[in-house]
Amino acid sequence: MHKARTNPFNTVGMHGALILYTLIALFPVFVILINSFKARKAIFREPLALPDSDSFSLIGYQTVMRQGDFLLYFQNSMIVTVASLFFILLFGAMAAFALAEYRFKGNLLMGLYLALGIMIPIRIGTVAILEMMVATGLVNTLWALILVYTAQGLPLAVFILSEFMRQVSDDLKNAGRIDGLSEYTIFFRLVLPLVRPALATVAVFNMIPIWNDLWFPLILAPAEETKTLTLGSQVFIGQFVTDWNAVLSALSMAILPVLILYVIFSRQLIRGITSGAVK
Amino acid sequence: MTALKLANVNKSFGEVQVLQDINLEVEEGEFVVFVGPSGCGKSTLLRVIAGLEDATSGEVTIDEQLVNRTPPSKRGIAMVFQTYALYPHLNVRGNMSLALKQDKQPKSVIEERVATASRMLNLEPYIDRYPSELSGGQRQRVAIGRAIVREPKLFLFDEPLSNLDAALRMNTRIEIANLHRQLGTSMIYVTHDQTEAMTLADRIVVLRHGRVEQIGSPMELYNNPTNQFVAGFLGSPSMNFFPASLVHAGDDRTIGVRPENLHLADDGVLDAEVSHVEQLGADTNVVAQIDDHQITARLFGQHFIEEGQNLRFGFNSENAYHFDSDGLRLR
Repeated sequence: MHKARTNPFNTVGMHGALILYTLIALFPVFVILINSFKARKAIFREPLALPDSDSFSLIGYQTVMRQGDFLLYFQNSMIVTVASLFFILLFGAMAAFALAEYRFKGNLLMGLYLALGIMIPIRIGTVAILEMMVATGLVNTLWALILVYTAQGLPLAVFILSEFMRQVSDDLKNAGRIDGLSEYTIFFRLVLPLVRPALATVAVFNMIPIWNDLWFPLILAPAEETKTLTLGSQVFIGQFVTDWNAVLSALSMAILPVLILYVIFSRQLIRGITSGAVK
Repeated sequence: MTALKLANVNKSFGEVQVLQDINLEVEEGEFVVFVGPSGCGKSTLLRVIAGLEDATSGEVTIDEQLVNRTPPSKRGIAMVFQTYALYPHLNVRGNMSLALKQDKQPKSVIEERVATASRMLNLEPYIDRYPSELSGGQRQRVAIGRAIVREPKLFLFDEPLSNLDAALRMNTRIEIANLHRQLGTSMIYVTHDQTEAMTLADRIVVLRHGRVEQIGSPMELYNNPTNQFVAGFLGSPSMNFFPASLVHAGDDRTIGVRPENLHLADDGVLDAEVSHVEQLGADTNVVAQIDDHQITARLFGQHFIEEGQNLRFGFNSENAYHFDSDGLRLR
């Protein structure tokens, strides 16, 4: 039997490098977390020290909860992110299926046109978008954000998904057609489950930028009732005084939902990333 | 009753013409095999019959009804695919019953038909398993079962044995032949394997470059090919072709002789140098060179022949086929 090459030094070296990278990546998050539980003075005296009985304080969290409607911001962010992801995946997958599956005039051109959006940042069009939102009366609604984020996410989603859709066996789709399934059933019941890893990949790539975005909430929906978490946290950052306790606490709480969503998607994500490489 | 009729069927993808003027009638209960090298259009023709591709022009008639505009599910056909194409999210029972459920058949009918089909194909122990839990042969049987339960007027097989290993291929081939005897339904079978074509078919349709080269029973095609392509395509090892000038000086025809019709003869007309010998036990294949022409002789029994040896081969003139420079048979 052939045994896989396992040099103990290689293994140690590899894991060492990965662990080091993990530590570097987690360090800022860790600093935010420990400092969010410390009193203001303690943050500046020793930023890297763990909170002890002396410096422990929940003042940041209390401020966040008291000032502004933090739960509402949280809810707004959640609605915007989840709704945008839903529309990106739904429309992206449908467009990708059409491009990959059907022969029609201008198929290639349409694919290129949709992919063009990957190269042009949507923020270039901010003024025009704002004018459109004003004209349609969508300013200061969550719909404004959902629509913009959906538009922003679609090009890459269509590009990635159509590549995966092409790999789904033609025979399977044809078998469905012969058995009398409609094109919609074939799409939702046969094809979508098979490209689940790709859907998860697209979801994760889109989720984090949407959740963290400050630009569009600030411009399109700055009203109190439509503020997102990122925009809401800005009230603690002033020109002259910044309430670091509150900022750090708000950020700590903002990490949580992303983390949860990521855990949900991550297993699929890993399969999505490696599926092209390992056949 | 004709089960299928194709009249002047053409199909092109853009500029490329894949099928040219196909005419064919399949009688009820007949087993017809489409055979040809890859890219000859045989799978496309099957897809046109199934309705998965539209014919660019021409008429497709199934069971006396023009079906050019009928969707695949309403054509009264069932298809078995090369890659099995089982629904991964359904178990064996679900895979077999889906089409009937779509067709709004009553539950009792569905159950009965699934039970009959799974008994026929020995699938009963696996009825609740998912495709991922089945072996290749079992999957192909489920795919066949899925076709049977629909009780179609016409079965379409798209290279169903290509993904199976050699031993299983032979068994499944026999199963398909038995199935045809039991059901008595017309079947159309696409393959590039001439052994499958010869053993299964009532009639073979040989295709090349999207055209029908010849239609006929296996032995008709074998004994009486109309051109050099058909002569070379059927039979294994394939027919030898060499210029007639090797035998008669100045003759510009091509002679074709099947390997089994070449024999060793001291006064044989072909003087060849042996380049390779294949001992198969029951027969011996001798590959030899005449100048730069390669010929293969299939000798019955075991012969011990060395490479590099010079041998003389002869053949009876009634076993020789003559072709002109365009490959057409001269009689």
